[in-house]
Amino acid sequence: MNAWLEKALSDVATDATALRTLFPGAGRRVGRGPSETPGWTVDDVARVRLLRAAPGAAAEMPDLYRYGDAAEKRAVLRGLSVVDIGAAGLDLVADALRTNDTRLVAAAMGEYAATHLDDAAYRHGVLKCVFMGIPLAEVAGLDRRTDEELRRMLRSFAAERTAAGREVPADLLPLLHEQDV
Amino acid sequence: MRIFDPHIHMSSRTTDDYAAMHAAGVRALVEPAFWLGQPRTNVGSFTDYFDSLVGWEPFRASQFGIAHHCTIALNPKEANDPRCAPVLDLLPRYLEKDGVVAVGEIGYDSMTAEEDKAFAAQLALAIDHGLPALVHTPHRDKAAGTERSIAVVRESGIAPERVVLDHLNELTVAMVKESGCWMGFSIYPDTKMDEDRMVAILREYGTEKVLVNSAADWGKSDPLKTRRTGDAMLAAGFTDDDVDLVLWRNPVAFYGQSGRLDLEGETPDAEFAGNSILRGARK
Repeated sequence: MNAWLEKALSDVATDATALRTLFPGAGRRVGRGPSETPGWTVDDVARVRLLRAAPGAAAEMPDLYRYGDAAEKRAVLRGLSVVDIGAAGLDLVADALRTNDTRLVAAAMGEYAATHLDDAAYRHGVLKCVFMGIPLAEVAGLDRRTDEELRRMLRSFAAERTAAGREVPADLLPLLHEQDV
Repeated sequence: MRIFDPHIHMSSRTTDDYAAMHAAGVRALVEPAFWLGQPRTNVGSFTDYFDSLVGWEPFRASQFGIAHHCTIALNPKEANDPRCAPVLDLLPRYLEKDGVVAVGEIGYDSMTAEEDKAFAAQLALAIDHGLPALVHTPHRDKAAGTERSIAVVRESGIAPERVVLDHLNELTVAMVKESGCWMGFSIYPDTKMDEDRMVAILREYGTEKVLVNSAADWGKSDPLKTRRTGDAMLAAGFTDDDVDLVLWRNPVAFYGQSGRLDLEGETPDAEFAGNSILRGARK
């Protein structure tokens, strides 16, 4: 393992507040290229490992997100699914879903959002992903959270696109009508 | 002529400035955190500004083919406001970010006890985070302020070659050269220093450890003063290599001590967090 990461993991295991200065520079130390986890970069993986290794990470995550750059914010959003943060992560998901940054919007719609978002917020999260061209493969929970209202919203989106002479994303089609899977 | 402006406040400048700077040869710059004219009244005002220095502004610069780095600090003037001073506690988070290549601007404005405290604390942060320090010398009582700054730098234990004292003039350059710190000069249209006086200083004190900047900001200033100084040097008989040393290799060497300078030309993204600097329909 990267020597910096090894030491950082041991530092945050002793003191979660060490995350405050170890989180920002992770990309410089471990790299920023693609990792073995599809869609995740090497620094995403390293930062989420740091969160998992730090007892009390949940208390640090809101400020790591607030003071983080886009890469740090994305890692906090990915970390929501592996750290026991309860409902305290919902504000971070809501903030990310307000941005126009596809990296953050996609990361916000992970397993944590699928479990914790209420129906209205989840539907709008999915619709925003579709609108921004984020592949639906990156959105968690569609199999169990897609309901008739979301289908209606997606059909309406598809109708608008068709009326404008624009393409409807192919990965949307299976969702438009209720069917046995 | 390739130019690295080691001190310019681009948040206050327009896209026309970026285009003109690129046309004049500017390929890299450092934007120090400083005050904004309008005083800040709370810590959040600083952190939004710092976020911009590591986020939006580097993106804007990249659209004009210019590499943007920054320095982060509580500036001396606002160190005197108890509503602002608590931002010191948040600096460690920002001093670890990729685009941050020094702690600055720190130093003195009116030489108060509060400024003493913030100056010493931030030199200690520079040591902790492996960063050089950019020290602003005061506009009033400059010689005494510069002398005292050198003493504080010496006491802090930071290596003098990791410190630049900025806004120097004929009366302060000798003591800074003597200290082993870098010498920074801000070339302004009317005040501080002009390009011909700068050339005279380079003749007398040499080109080593000298940084020339425009310090252009929201006041009357000129982002092309670096280029004008390079032209004045050539007209005075300095070589192309002398100009390259002062306007490029020196700032690269100084801020390169951070280990975080990234001058590789990348193809810039057309958007930052989904927003672009274009207006109206895309062509």
